Amino acid sequence: MTAAVSPAHALGAPRRRVRMLARRHPAVAGGMAILAVVVLATLAAPWLAGHDPLFVDPLARLRPPSAQYWLGTDALGRDVWSRTVYGGRVSLVVGVAAAAIATAAGLLIGLVSGYSRIADAVLMRAMDGLMSIPSILLAIALMAVVQASLLTVVVAIAVVEVPRVVRLVRGVVLSVREQPYVEAAVVAGSSFATILRRHILPNTLASVVVQATYIGAAAILIESLLSFLGAGTPPEVASWGNIMAEGRTYFLVAPWIILSPGIVLAVTVLAINLLGDGVRDMLDPRFAGRL
Amino acid sequence: MWGYIARRLLATIPVVAIVALVVFSILHVAPGDPAALIAGDQATPEQIAAIRGKLRLDLPLYEQFALWLGNALHGDLGTSIFSNRPVATLFLQRLEPTVALAVMTAVVAVVLAVPAGVLAAWRAGSLIDRAVMGMAVLGFAFPVFVVGYILIYLFAMKLRILPIQGYRPIAEGFWPFLQHLVLPSLALGLSFMALIARITRASMLEVLGQDYIRTARAKGLPTRRLLFNHALPNAAVPIVTIIGVGVALLLGGVVVTESVFAIPGVGRLVVDAILARDYPVIQGVLLIFSLTYVAVNLIVDLIYVLIDPRISYRGGS
Repeated sequence: MTAAVSPAHALGAPRRRVRMLARRHPAVAGGMAILAVVVLATLAAPWLAGHDPLFVDPLARLRPPSAQYWLGTDALGRDVWSRTVYGGRVSLVVGVAAAAIATAAGLLIGLVSGYSRIADAVLMRAMDGLMSIPSILLAIALMAVVQASLLTVVVAIAVVEVPRVVRLVRGVVLSVREQPYVEAAVVAGSSFATILRRHILPNTLASVVVQATYIGAAAILIESLLSFLGAGTPPEVASWGNIMAEGRTYFLVAPWIILSPGIVLAVTVLAINLLGDGVRDMLDPRFAGRL
Repeated sequence: MWGYIARRLLATIPVVAIVALVVFSILHVAPGDPAALIAGDQATPEQIAAIRGKLRLDLPLYEQFALWLGNALHGDLGTSIFSNRPVATLFLQRLEPTVALAVMTAVVAVVLAVPAGVLAAWRAGSLIDRAVMGMAVLGFAFPVFVVGYILIYLFAMKLRILPIQGYRPIAEGFWPFLQHLVLPSLALGLSFMALIARITRASMLEVLGQDYIRTARAKGLPTRRLLFNHALPNAAVPIVTIIGVGVALLLGGVVVTESVFAIPGVGRLVVDAILARDYPVIQGVLLIFSLTYVAVNLIVDLIYVLIDPRISYRGGS
């Protein structure tokens, strides 16, 4: 879409392009705007926080939101706003890392599966099996056997999401490999690796990018669920999930501990999903407005 | 038709086998000795050896799998490390609340979301459509437990019209039973509803654009009959499919919802098992929930035959 615009032209009219994006793809523009605010806020956490997110103040326990503590304090007297801003770093990293790992692994397995019949038979049965296990439960079970750390949480979430990428990539490969231009490349003597890299991979990228955004959103949600159940990020790491997990016991007296990070998390996930939906519609206008 | 059903049943066997293999393998993919893992950090070598003997972890892996699978097929899911009681017994004791919650949620979700999706498609672009789709987008964004706490805050703490937490068995009266399930099933059902409403709308939009719908409208068919008797059955296959797929959301969400609402079901059994590293319990519940999901989707595939005769003629591969 923007590829045809010359660099000079693009630099000359950034404002017009933003306005055009907002008008033609409001979901993409809206999602990007919200996401930008969230990302910038977590990057600027030291300046925005106002309090040390780890500072325990026994005299200020369970304070409701006020001018001093914007979103109140938790059971140890820590500032919920500061913890939420810093916690965003953890949750966003989990989202991005899980999406990256799941997409990379899914691409690899999907390409192999789409190209080799024997590997396909084995790999797709394995993926069917993995997809038949409810994803949250599989992630819980994986977390139960490993030492809880940020890395294991990311890997557990990625494992759960991989089959979706594999199916997507395999489908594209199966349809693309029958195309005349791929046959032509084979006849012309292109190597297997070249065909994969030059002809197959680029065709999968559009849908994989969209899928990656959904995985990022799902990962942030799953991290919060795992932490909430005590099977997620180690408790000393203030992810959004852990802040809420700690607020459970006090919900009736201090609902802000759960609701504040919960709403921030929901808005973030919403923004990522809007972005994903919007990009999908941009790439495939046939379905725009349908799903 | 019978050929299709037979093929579909046969195709389930490898899936079940692989699910069993994955569930069995989880304990063995982790680095280190599974017996030491189960025994915990403070275990003595004797305790670890006792667990290894009890779970037969000294056998070769394939023998362990055969043994475990054979027992599971006979309804023996092993013994809880923590309470020393059979996993199957523990599971059955906790089953009623979980089934009640899951069934109630599924019914509420389908009954609310399908008409909402139909309405949104019929009035595409209208305020109703935007409201329904807006709710659907929100439904995907909130973690189940946050929705649960928001509902508790609004309906139990502020309005005081529903109980905060807990569960009443159906034997203690239908009304209290129902009252305690309203908020949990709404919390659990929100993402499920979002999924169903979105697909219903998309599928209906597709059908409503067909010529035979225009014909039906032209001959003066009342709108309600047009939508629900002519259009909806033709849009049903993707909707039924997504309901089947969404059951995974439901089964995973049950664990979280039961924690929020203090419902003593299978989900709580899992959460307690995680904290106690009670591995046979986690494995057993994971296996049963996964097989339930496989069974639901098998039923969905069989329902296709009823709602769309073309599927069994096509050979249904």
